[in-house]
Amino acid sequence: MIFLKAFIVGGLICALGQLILDFFKLTPAHITCGFVVTGAALDVFGLYDRLIEFAGAGAQLPIMSFGHSVIHGAMEKSEQLGFIGIGMGMFDLTAVGITAAILFAFIIALVFKPKG
Amino acid sequence: MKTKKYEEVIKNHEVKPNYVKNALVSFFFGGLICAGGQLLIEMYVHWFGFVRETASTLALVTVILIASVATGLGIYDEFGQIAKAGAFVPITGFANSLTSAALESKSEGVVLGIATNLFKLAGAVIVFAVVSAYVFGILRYLLIEFNVLS
Repeated sequence: MIFLKAFIVGGLICALGQLILDFFKLTPAHITCGFVVTGAALDVFGLYDRLIEFAGAGAQLPIMSFGHSVIHGAMEKSEQLGFIGIGMGMFDLTAVGITAAILFAFIIALVFKPKG
Repeated sequence: MKTKKYEEVIKNHEVKPNYVKNALVSFFFGGLICAGGQLLIEMYVHWFGFVRETASTLALVTVILIASVATGLGIYDEFGQIAKAGAFVPITGFANSLTSAALESKSEGVVLGIATNLFKLAGAVIVFAVVSAYVFGILRYLLIEFNVLS
């Protein structure tokens, strides 16, 4: 059942991105940036956490969850340390994703030859 | 006057995107990636006994690894042609933008090529994530401070 939920919610987010892309003639970069901001905004009232609870990976894999994780780490840290924690905790939760992506991208760029 | 006519002609010959088909294709492939991610999470939980939170992180790293390798092999770009938003909205698109930017500028060297251009495409996402997290984070901090939110 959780697979179906992940499929539908994740698919809907992607379809929404494609519709915005086609209707407003934007580029993928605009869509991903917009989604990241949306994810951060949805976390102000804890709405994105509920979506993750409901859909699991369907909410965690779309780029929206990147915005959500950034602000989530900031809020967690600021609960302990006050105002300065917002800046300190910002990459707490996203560090794994970013560092992994940097590492793999670097290694693969070294090993593979560019195509096309 | 001439440019107006030109624009008119262009407009008549413009290929209109097939909204429904594109959205359905994005829905299918994006959903498939998310369901695959969920499968990875369940595998890490049930087979390797990880806590759900750790399993989610591991699944994320696995998905990023797969996307990076697929980019290196040139598969992901072809997939992107078919899947459209289903390929760039999931976090795999983020990994793809890092790897493809690094690969493209490989000829300029390791430092000035790969390392310098790594964030050429993905940088925008991080900039917007941080700026919006500051804005919304301060907003939420103030709301909690003044007891509007708990």
